[in-house]
This record gives sequence, structure tokens and C-alpha cells, in this order.
Amino acid sequence: MDLIWDGIKEAFRIIGSGDYSVWEIAVRSILVSGSATMISLFLGILVGSAIAFNQFPGRNLAFSLVNTGMGLPPVVVGLIVAIMLWRSGPLGEFRLIYTPSAMVVAQTVIAAPIVTGFTAAALRNLHPKLRSQLYGLGASRLQMLWLVLWEAKLPLLAAVMAGFGGAISEIGASQMVGGNLAGDTRVMTTAIVLEVSRGEFAPAIALSIILLVLIFIVNLILTTVQQQERQS
Amino acid sequence: MTQAKLSLRDVRVRRGRSELVNVPQLDVLEGEVLAIIGPNGAGKSVLLETLALLQEPSGGQVLFEGQPVAGRQLALRRRMAVVFQDPLPLRRSVADNVALGLRLRGAPRRIQRERAAHWMRRFGIDHLAKRSAITLSGGEAQRTNLARALALEPEVLLLDEPFSALDEPTRVELLDDLSAALRETAVTTVFVTHDRGEALRLGDRVAVLMGGLIRQVGTTTAVFAAPADEEVATFVGVETIVAGRVRSLKDGLALVDVAGQMVEVATDGDPGSDVLVCLRPEDVVLSPARDHPGPSSARNHLPAVVCRILPAGPHVRAELDAGFGMVALITKQSLEELSLTGGSRVVASFKATAVHLIPYRGRA
Amino acid sequence: MKRWIWMGPLALLAILMALVMAACGEGEEAPTQTPQVTATPTQSSQASASPTPVVRGPKDVILATTTSVQDTGLLDVLASEFKKDTGYNVKAIAVGTGQALAMGERGDADVMLVHAPSSEKVLIENGAAIDRRLVAHNYFLLLGPAADPAGAKTANSAIAAMKAIYDKGATFISRGDDSGTHKKELSLWKEAGVDPKGKAWYEEAGQGMAATLQIANQEDAYILCDKASYLSQKKNIELIVIFEADPAFLNVYSVMLVNPEKFDMVNAEGAKAFADFLVSEKAQQIIGEFGVDKYGEQLFIPDADKTYEDLGVE
Repeated sequence: MDLIWDGIKEAFRIIGSGDYSVWEIAVRSILVSGSATMISLFLGILVGSAIAFNQFPGRNLAFSLVNTGMGLPPVVVGLIVAIMLWRSGPLGEFRLIYTPSAMVVAQTVIAAPIVTGFTAAALRNLHPKLRSQLYGLGASRLQMLWLVLWEAKLPLLAAVMAGFGGAISEIGASQMVGGNLAGDTRVMTTAIVLEVSRGEFAPAIALSIILLVLIFIVNLILTTVQQQERQS
Repeated sequence: MTQAKLSLRDVRVRRGRSELVNVPQLDVLEGEVLAIIGPNGAGKSVLLETLALLQEPSGGQVLFEGQPVAGRQLALRRRMAVVFQDPLPLRRSVADNVALGLRLRGAPRRIQRERAAHWMRRFGIDHLAKRSAITLSGGEAQRTNLARALALEPEVLLLDEPFSALDEPTRVELLDDLSAALRETAVTTVFVTHDRGEALRLGDRVAVLMGGLIRQVGTTTAVFAAPADEEVATFVGVETIVAGRVRSLKDGLALVDVAGQMVEVATDGDPGSDVLVCLRPEDVVLSPARDHPGPSSARNHLPAVVCRILPAGPHVRAELDAGFGMVALITKQSLEELSLTGGSRVVASFKATAVHLIPYRGRA
Repeated sequence: MKRWIWMGPLALLAILMALVMAACGEGEEAPTQTPQVTATPTQSSQASASPTPVVRGPKDVILATTTSVQDTGLLDVLASEFKKDTGYNVKAIAVGTGQALAMGERGDADVMLVHAPSSEKVLIENGAAIDRRLVAHNYFLLLGPAADPAGAKTANSAIAAMKAIYDKGATFISRGDDSGTHKKELSLWKEAGVDPKGKAWYEEAGQGMAATLQIANQEDAYILCDKASYLSQKKNIELIVIFEADPAFLNVYSVMLVNPEKFDMVNAEGAKAFADFLVSEKAQQIIGEFGVDKYGEQLFIPDADKTYEDLGVE
């Protein structure tokens, strides 16, 4: 229990002293995972609406694949992305390995199936005649997509929260493709693991607390938007 | 000769192996209300969506003002408006819902506001303007739906069973309001329903769709009084359909032998031909058997026995045996006054002009 | 109106992120700076000894090294000094020895700093690595429970201590991960003439030093550990030093360059600059002084002035 107490005290000390390196790591975590989630949302809407709205042979297979993707172990994703991005790998010439961009790629691979799955399910659940009705009121294809996404806003926000949660909390892939380099690719989760491996448990717990608070704040914002919609 | 606003030529709609709709020709005339009626599964919705340019037919052409339409042209779609059975309100205020179509077309804010306000008032929902549309009752939501379509002042209005999901009192109210609005705006309207009453109330012309094929098109009175074949007859509410043979024909009056009874029919059918005799229940008048009917313009007076009496809404259906099965629709008051029960002897009277003959091609 | 309000900030945020990502993602080509360290070496605090920047070609140098080196924090200090002096940015990827050497063999790194002499030689022989040089050394320790059930404390030598553990069947936690520590441990068992693999009391953790130490700590077991790790983890464990200061426990750190002729994406100049730096007077001094303030003794003993033979290693 002392460890946890020490951790809490250390957390306050870090926040109070405005330790730059910790803030820098926290901001990077949000930016990397946030970008991955945004890209996943874009992909999720594209792929999710394609499979939700169209009948085609193998549609059920597509749904299964997306659902399987939701359960992909992050460390497996990390390994495969790393192999691709290593210099010895097919995409080595882009020199992306050990950069934040590589981490965005890996986290996108992890978050995209989650967001796509939720989005496809949400769109599938809309009234079957909704799109026809919107077309019947004179909507263009793009207008229809926008309106339909707006109608599905609540589950879409849930998709974003789930995707973000998956991205910001994973370690294995970020470690493997990022390398946990100080000032460059270190994020909260990899920093916590590093502190643990150094035997510095108090800083590890402090960082854990800060990470939890960060995740909580992001979800608070999204949930507030979601609930506002419900009331209006 | 009124222009055809929308036309179908050789239109077929296939889904997978089955053919849902096959219409060689159908015209929707400018300014008319065309009711498309038929039993469930007849393909009415598919036909409507094809007319509304929401679906491309598998074969054939859709013509708008005489010009063939390629695909689901946005420009033409925006001159029409569609109303479906489920109101499908969007998650926003009622006013925003009603203005939606205008907003999609980029209409100026002022126009959006004015038209929305006008049509919300017309359909009696202006007090709900700021309410979230998803919290409305079924009737209020469908009013919003109608206002939403009419606010566009479309050249063609298409409705797919708009009242089927509503309860009776709401349906009656909305029918009145819609009827008034259609008369006022004189917009070309296509209106799908499985309810004969709605078709009678709103429609100028009726098209009967069964099994994907149009069996008859004509004015409402023509189709209901003179159905083209037995199936259509049954659907439009002719309840007495019996086989007979034309024995003689003189001066536009035929004698038709129906199971031994002679029925006088005003027609110009061929003597000796086999026919189906159609008689609407509303056209049968019952009187007590004892009374000797005085001279009247009804030429047929057949003795009959009451088999069954069934309620039919505010009225009563009496199933009779006059040597052949016959159905009469009478009021409850009449039922009481004549003290009719099963077994009562009556005289069933009907005019020669009330009978409709369909050439008999043999029962399936 | 209300709904459009949050679209703006969201879109802005997305664009912002994309920009930041693009900026941070500039790998080895562009001379952009990472947030807190400026790239101009002329601002180095040691005005006397700093030459003008010697970066030729790509700025990033990928160093494959082991967790035991990284975890002490020595590498951070060395990399920071190196960057001030030369402008090269060392990307120290700390993985197990096995993976570090594998990275070298695939050309995924520019330079390696590891502590597994016989495995290092294999890479030199097959041409994957060149220019192997001695950097520093320290000693492994045998840690164990204060109760010392195997009586290893009183053994004559390190090898004898290991044999005593085997004979007693006392719980021993192995790294089990092909690391330098693991390889050393296996060679010790071999010299003692025994093979503990498969025995019930012999557990293979498959993790880094700190995590494995915790397991040994929780289970009151014996474990082979490097000195630097022990000193930094001491406060978290109750195990004591059972045996130390034996030549058999020697732990030698060497630096090797990945062969640029074999792999064309290798940053040969940067790698050589780093290796030269490690054996330079300045770095050797840093290495020698590292940890003395904190722990009261040296964590690493600098060896650039010696040969492998001096230390008794091939």
C-alpha cells in the first residue's frame, strides 16, 4: 500500500512541478492515439457504410472479418507492422520505423476494426427506409451520408470512445514500432513499463494515475456531447 | 388531353430470380391524384419507388414530362417529394425537419422559415415547432412528414401507405387534412394504399396492381363499379360474384340465368355467353318477404333466406341464399326494423344497372 | 446552429494532429528538431571540447542495445553528450540481446552495444558486423535468499556455488530469454557440468532483469543478476548477494558496427562516430563515474584502453 501512496504523492509532485518531460509524453500520447482514432473514424465511416448499406456476395464474411479485427491482439499487430516497417522489410525505404508516425500506423490498425465494427452496426440498425426517405426529399449521395451519420451520432461517439480507449491503452505495438525513445516516441504506456523495469514504482504509479485522468477527461468530453444529444 | 407528368414504358423490376413488377404502360396525368391499390405484396411500393426515381428499373423506361430519365437524376428527384409509411423523423426540431428538403436544395433561410411555418400551421403542428421530432406521437410525426414533403411545393408528390400505421381517428383526421391540401395545391399525386376507402376518398383515378401487374386503370367510379376481372372485383369490394349465362338480350336489357334464377342486367353482352355476375353489397335492398313490392325502378326482386348476419363497422353484412350466394349491406336500424335473423325470409332487390358482368373464362 | 459549433474545433484538431505527425515523422532525412533538444552543437556547455557539427548524411543513428544497459540510465547520458558534440541523434532501441543481434543481422540497426561475446563473434565471422571494440565491463552477481538453503555462500568458487544450488534443488529463476545474462548463466551451468533444464526448481521467466528479479524476490529464489541492475533494484528486493567477484562472473560490453557493405540503408558515418565516441576519453570517463554518487560504487568499469585478452575473454 505504501507503494500506491508514494505513487499518488509522486503524481501530485509531478503535476505541481510542471515536469516538462512528463507533459511532453502525455501530449504525445493524446496526439498519437487521437490521430489514430481520427483516421480510424474516417476509414470506419468509409468501410462501415459500404458494408452496411450495400448487398453484395460475401457481405456476412466482411462483417465477420471486421468483428475478428476487433479482437486482434495489439502485440501481434505491432509485430506485423514492425516487420513491414523495418529497413529489412517491404516498406523500409520510407524510414518510418521508430517514429511517432509508425505508432500512429500501428494504433490505427488496432483501432480501425473497432471503430468500423461499431459504425457498421450502428448504420445497419438505422430504419431500412431512412435512406430512401432522404433521397426522396432530394438529398444527394453526400448529403444522405452526412444526414445518416448524424442520425447515428450516439453510437458513432461510442465507437470513437472505444477506438480511442483501445489505442491509448496499448503498449506492445507502440513499444515495438516506436522504440520508446525519450523525447521522440515515448508515450505514457511505454514510459510506465520502462519505469517498472527500472524498479521505479512510484513514478510508474504516478504516470499511471496521470494516464487514467487523461483518458477520463477525454471520455468525459465525448460523453457530455453524447448526453447532450439525448436530452435535446 | 392532359399531359402525362410521369410515365412508365415496358418497365420491369427484378430482384434475384423473381419479377416484382411488370408494367407495359402507366401514365400519371398532370394535376391528378392517382391511387395505386392492391393487396400486400403486390409490388406497390416497388412501383412507387420506381416512379419516384429512387430505384432504377431492371428494364424499360421512366419518362418525366415525356423525356426518358437516365438513372436517379438528382435534378428531377428534387422536383418531387416522397412520403413513406413510417414517418422517420430526424433527430432535430420539428421545424428543422419540415425545412429539411428546402435546406438540402440550398433554399434561402427566409424561404425555409416561411414555408415551414405555413405548412406546420396547415397540418396543425405549429405548436410543436421547437419540439424534438423523435418525441412525437405517431400522428404528429406523420403530420410532420406530410408538412416536410409539401413544404417543398413539389411538382409530384408520392405517398406510400402514409396512413397504414395510424389508428382510426388519427387516420380520418389526416385524410381530411391531406385531402384539403391536395385540392388546394393541385399537385400531381401518386398515392399507394391497400385501403379502398382511402382510394375512393382521395383518388381521381385508380390503378389496381396485383402480382406486379396492372389489372385495371380508370376513374375511381369506373373501376369500383365495373371491375375488369374476378380478382379485381373481389379486391374492390364486390362481394357477390356468381356464374351465369346470358339467355336473351333486348333493348339493352339482358336476362341472365344464375343458378335457375333470372336476373335482369342492363348491358350489351352476347346472348349465350358465360358470364360472372357482380353485385356490390351496398346495392342490395332487403324487404320483408310477405310484402308485395310495389312498382319501383329496381327490376330484380329475388326471394332469399338470411344465412348469417355479421357486423361490418357501423353497418351489418347479411349473407343470403337466393338460389345462389348474395351479400347485402344494411344499417343496424334496418336490421332491427325488419327483425332479421338467421332463417328470415326476405326479398332482395337491386337495379339492373347495378349489376356488372365480367366475361367468364372459367374459374381457376 | 448549435450542431455546427463542434465541427469546427474537431476539424481543426484533426488538421493540427496531421501536421504535428508529419513534423514528428521526419525520420532521418530532414534536420528538424525534436521538442526539447536543439540541434546546434555549438550551444554545447563544454565550450572547449566541442567541434563543429560532424553530421554527414542522415542524422539518426539506430543503436540496438540491451535492456540492462538502457535501464541503468547510462545510455541516456551518453547519447545526450554525443548529440551535443556531434549533432547525431541516437535512437537507442533497448531489446533483448537476441533481438539486438538479430537486428544487426538484418541491417535494421546501424550499431550494436551488447554483452554476449561468443554470439558477437558469430556476427563478425559471418560478416554481418565489423569493427568490434571493447567498451566496459562489470560483474554478475549471484543473489539469493538470506537463509541460503543451498549453502552457496560458503562455496569455493562461482561454479561451485552454482553446483551447490543444483545439488540442493533450490529454486532458481533464469532469464530464459537468450539475453547476455541468460547466456552467461547457461555457460556457468555448463562449466559446472550440470543441466538444470526441465527440473522442477528451475524456472524460466522470459522477461527482463527487473521483472525476473521481482519473481526471484517473491519466491525467495536464487538468481544471476548484473551489478548495475542489482544496485538500482536493491531497494525493491530482499535478496542478498550470495556470491560475487569471481572471474567466471565477468560481464563484458562491446560495440560493433553493422556492416554497411552488406546493407545499404546503414548510416555508416553516424555509427562509426558513435562507436568512436564510446571508446573516447570523454565517454569512458562518464562511464567510469556513472552511478558512484547514487550507489557509492561504479556500475561499469571502462575498458577502451585494454584488450580482450587482458580481461581473459576471446
